[in-house]
Amino acid sequence: MERRAYYNNAMLPWLLIAPQLILVFVFFYWPTSQALYWAFTLEQPWGGGNSWVWFDNFLAIFRDRDYWSTVLRSGFYAIVTTGLSMFVALILAAFVDRSLKGTRLFQSIYVWPYAIAAPAAGVAFRFIFAPESGLIGAVNHIWPGIWNPATNGLHALLMVIVCHAWLGIGYNFIFFLAALQMIPRTISEAGAMDGARPFRRLIDLQLPLIAPTAFFLLIMNIISSFTDSFGLIDTMTEGGPIGQTEVMVYKIYFDGFKGLDYSGAAAQSIVLMLLVICLTFVQFKWVERRVHYN
Amino acid sequence: MIERSPVFDFLTYLAMAVGAVLVLIPFWVTFVAASQSLQEVSRVPISLIPSDHLWENLQAAWQRGDLGPKLMNSFIVAIGVTVGKIVLASISAFAIVFFRFPMRMICFWLIFITLMLPLEVRIVPTYAIAANALLPFQVILDTLGVSGLVNALTGFQVSLNWNLLNSYPGLILPLVATATGTFLYRQFFMTIPDELVEASKMDGASPMEFFIDVLIPLSRTNMLALATIMFVSSWNQYLWPLLVTTDRANFGTVVMQLKALIPSMNGTPDWNVTMAGALIIMLPPLLVVAFMQRWFVRGLISRDK
Repeated sequence: MERRAYYNNAMLPWLLIAPQLILVFVFFYWPTSQALYWAFTLEQPWGGGNSWVWFDNFLAIFRDRDYWSTVLRSGFYAIVTTGLSMFVALILAAFVDRSLKGTRLFQSIYVWPYAIAAPAAGVAFRFIFAPESGLIGAVNHIWPGIWNPATNGLHALLMVIVCHAWLGIGYNFIFFLAALQMIPRTISEAGAMDGARPFRRLIDLQLPLIAPTAFFLLIMNIISSFTDSFGLIDTMTEGGPIGQTEVMVYKIYFDGFKGLDYSGAAAQSIVLMLLVICLTFVQFKWVERRVHYN
Repeated sequence: MIERSPVFDFLTYLAMAVGAVLVLIPFWVTFVAASQSLQEVSRVPISLIPSDHLWENLQAAWQRGDLGPKLMNSFIVAIGVTVGKIVLASISAFAIVFFRFPMRMICFWLIFITLMLPLEVRIVPTYAIAANALLPFQVILDTLGVSGLVNALTGFQVSLNWNLLNSYPGLILPLVATATGTFLYRQFFMTIPDELVEASKMDGASPMEFFIDVLIPLSRTNMLALATIMFVSSWNQYLWPLLVTTDRANFGTVVMQLKALIPSMNGTPDWNVTMAGALIIMLPPLLVVAFMQRWFVRGLISRDK
């Protein structure tokens, strides 16, 4: 990565990089360190100083049953959303990769969900899944009361998960297709000569070869399920019924800005940050290994 | 394509068609519901054939969501973020790749680490900084004793204050302060051959001339990709605008209005108007993605390498 030819200039690079560094400092490092400070202090929202409380804020959230059910729910949400979205995207990419005539049209349609704002998709899916209108509501005419996300927490959570998985299809599809297309044709042809059917080739040849992409997507999807879920939940369920669709980011928002418990929200933020940092770190490690062994 | 059996080809088309239906259903339902009257949209299940009330629903949604000024705000924010990001990312990547200066790698890592934590994760502390974006500098000056010194010497009280709540900089700047673009540009700049730098040096071009006349034209594809990604992601921001604008009437963005368009629990269930609003709100980023697909797909993919 070292260049042979480069410029030497004492001032210019600093001038060029300064704006970005200043922005990053003000909007990233300062707030993040501030969050650390809050997490270890107890602050009165209406002013009046903070007192250092060590790990009390963390202990308080870890002792809170609600917090653990939020964490578990976020985990469930992340796993199901990621699995569903990646599965659908992979199947679509595998078929598009055959590049039959007219595939281009399908290919561009599959990318569309990427463009949609989570809250906009949330509104559309809320209508589709509404118990008293839309499409799915029809099942209530046949079996009254079988589907009601407004009162049934599991239904509500499933509704949000399906919507989130749909939103992720475009992004996952782009990466899977690119990875599949990078596999040399000769490998698939060799497999076919050995008598491997398409499905077998997908499982035994293509999947192992695109494993790095799949892993990258896995992490990106999990992170997205932590971060992008807010817009969906806020427009679809507002965390309800009775908090049964509350995930970590939503709880942080709710405790911090509605409940004005900055210290608790900061402690929750730190936990979430550590989680995301761990995931990213795992991903970097993986990418590094891939580079080394290629 | 290896198997050429018609059966397998048929299966492929079938699967792709099912996939297309899965992807398109939400769009289609949104469009159809937006074109129906209140009676039609309240039927369960709704008919999937468009009706002819689209225009009046669009007008009603436009009115109810106050979409005109909100669209304007969204455009200002999205374009501000896109342009800001491209300019900042390209010049900082230029500095990192083409210059040797002390602490170069530290600077790179300082910027690069920001990729790790998305805005949503650090939303509470970032919100606090929006009340006064200059607070960090004030604290630094105070700790270094500079403010005390100035106060003692001139009697002038140093108080830096820049409130970002309800302002365009407040909506834009935190979204610009990430490393996505810098990383993308860095990856691209590293592929520029050394010979090009040497040739332009020999021609007597200054670093800035090299940047403007050689690198910028070469990185056009890269720029389009980044522009698409940034436009879409900033248009679609929800949580940050929600927090930083208390004055919704003047600084609210269009995506924030979605919630206002949802029929209330006990009000008229006029989902047709809601869906018409959603249609207007989804359209700009969808158009950008549809038209820029070739470029942005390349940009997205090169981001992880």
